Amino acid sequence: MIRHRISRRSLLAGTAVTATMLAAPAIVRGQGSALKVGVLLPRSGAQAGIGQDCHRGVEIAGPILKDLGLPDLQIMSADTETNVEVARARAEKLIADGAQLLVGAFDSGQSTAIAQVAEQKGIPYVINIAAAPAITEQGYKFVFRNFPTAPMILGDAFANQKEIFTAAGKDPKTVVFLHVNDTFGTAMQKGIGAVLPKFNMPYTIKETIAYDPTARDLSVEVAKAKATGADALLVVSRLNDAILLTRELIKQRWSPMGVLSMGPGWYEDQYIKTLGKMSDGPLSFVPWYDPNKKLSKALEGALAKKYPEIALNTNHIYTFEALLVAADAYKRAASTDPKALADAIRTTDIKDNVSTGPGISFNAKGQNDKLKNAAIQNRGGKLVTVAPKGATNATAEWPMKPYDKRG
Amino acid sequence: MPLDIYLNVAVSGLLTGLVYGLMALGLSVIFGVVRVVNFAHGEMMTIAMYLAILAFATLGLDPLVMMVPIAGVLFALGYVMQAGMINPFINRPEHAQFILLVAVAIIMVNVLLLIFGPDARNVQTGYSFDSFAFGRIIVDATKVYAGAAAIVVAAALFAFFRFSFVGKAIRACADNYTGALVVGLDVKRLYALTFGLGAACVGAAGSMLVLIIDVTPALGPAYTLLAFVIVITGGLGSMGGALLGGVLIGVTEAMAGLLFTPSAKSMFAFAILVLVLLFRPQGLMGKRAS
Repeated sequence: MIRHRISRRSLLAGTAVTATMLAAPAIVRGQGSALKVGVLLPRSGAQAGIGQDCHRGVEIAGPILKDLGLPDLQIMSADTETNVEVARARAEKLIADGAQLLVGAFDSGQSTAIAQVAEQKGIPYVINIAAAPAITEQGYKFVFRNFPTAPMILGDAFANQKEIFTAAGKDPKTVVFLHVNDTFGTAMQKGIGAVLPKFNMPYTIKETIAYDPTARDLSVEVAKAKATGADALLVVSRLNDAILLTRELIKQRWSPMGVLSMGPGWYEDQYIKTLGKMSDGPLSFVPWYDPNKKLSKALEGALAKKYPEIALNTNHIYTFEALLVAADAYKRAASTDPKALADAIRTTDIKDNVSTGPGISFNAKGQNDKLKNAAIQNRGGKLVTVAPKGATNATAEWPMKPYDKRG
Repeated sequence: MPLDIYLNVAVSGLLTGLVYGLMALGLSVIFGVVRVVNFAHGEMMTIAMYLAILAFATLGLDPLVMMVPIAGVLFALGYVMQAGMINPFINRPEHAQFILLVAVAIIMVNVLLLIFGPDARNVQTGYSFDSFAFGRIIVDATKVYAGAAAIVVAAALFAFFRFSFVGKAIRACADNYTGALVVGLDVKRLYALTFGLGAACVGAAGSMLVLIIDVTPALGPAYTLLAFVIVITGGLGSMGGALLGGVLIGVTEAMAGLLFTPSAKSMFAFAILVLVLLFRPQGLMGKRAS
């Protein structure tokens, strides 16, 4: 029987081989296989309509990313049920199931919960839509946001409003401010208080009315708003409540000069479909897309092919861009290692993108602070861009046509 | 604020409260007779709302026209549920009944999610945006129709229990279970009939509520809770109490939203519940336990 003795040389060689074998899967994964991306969206509950709309951005992303020469993403979807605690639990489960990067979650409250989980577990998280400033003020190392914060949205909104009022030659002197009392709505309400005085707006806020985002009846809120006698309505809402508010405006026979929306809801496809001609008129001051960018056209084309009835909007744009950030970072990191991915996201510099502004990059806090916002208006079942100058394709209809004059 | 705003809001709350009352009436009837708390009550109402939406979308039938047929379908569902599933649990501990009905509720929510998806749906009738103006008071037309229908249905139910033979037999079961058995009443069948009637009430309420609010599968639990608040306030088992509780909660929520802040509407409804439990635990129109 031949006995093999283990020499120092063979032990060293064996150790090297073992180390190489152990390291190999990560390298192979990084170069060949798809990055597992956990996408968290509120696809049921009060925000279901918007969550489903965001998901359309996920559905059309694959072929476009491939055309850009970016690696494949393996999407792992999770429904947050429009619930902060469910969002937290689903984020934990996605990570336990092997998600290497998280994307989502449309809502500031849910995104805050997911950010805490991502930071704790050391998994990169790219926020698609959430405006509460605090999320990127925590010193997180794994959380990135390619969406404007509430003060950014408001600053651009007030500037765009002044542009519209000046062009129309009619200013509202007073507004009544209606807002949802969730994380996003409260952040916007605080932001408006802080930003409004700096813009020397022609109007003052007569009254602020907060309401529950899951409210089923907003008749009292509208009655209270109407009683203020304000010229226009300033709103921060979601989809279902935007529909409810519009119905109540019509039923209570109140046609303000206009609806100035600083959030989602009023430009959503479901809003337009549900209310038909009554959906015309509201102005939304929102993060939007630059229709002249090459990638915008590609995204518009892909959406039109899959969903011919639905127009491209914020939900699709920013969900798609979150995946674009993920794929771009994965390509440059050439690894699924969370730290390498986070480092790659931190150095993102995408010029070929969709949203308004110079492109996608992140500051030291993980925030894309170069994003710009636009003013859009519902007109004849379509959305037109009415501000800022140079990025418009229509002139704002201000004041909007009264509801009782629409036949 | 001008006086007409208070009147507008109070009338709106009253009309909404009447429909709430009808919904809660079903829960009260079931508990008053069968002594089982229907934890799937709001979910059954959601089913009725989806039936109304289906009828409107496919056949163009107005939910108010469909109120009676949908109440009939829900009656059948309630009858079958009681006869086939709940009757065996009648003499079991309350926690077993609770688990059974919560399970039924969860199944209902998820079946609706599978069939209809999570999106909010509504019915847009020709009068969806209509309102009536009485001087400076503007009243939502859909709420007027729904409130009037709620009064008619509730009156029919009262008349049934007061004047019909079967209604009297059901009341006999509620008053004295053993006595009812002794005189030869088919108690189990009467229980099923009662559960069916309670479900029919919630079916009618669902047909009306679909005119006022959008429906999602997740709507059920919130309305189950609301129905509990109403019947406990009005008095468990008291039909008049359910209607009174509904109106009280509807008006309180509306006025609290106007006078304080709309975010606190529910807080005031629950505050009434707490006060009733503290000072009149049997409810406003309930009988004190002997």
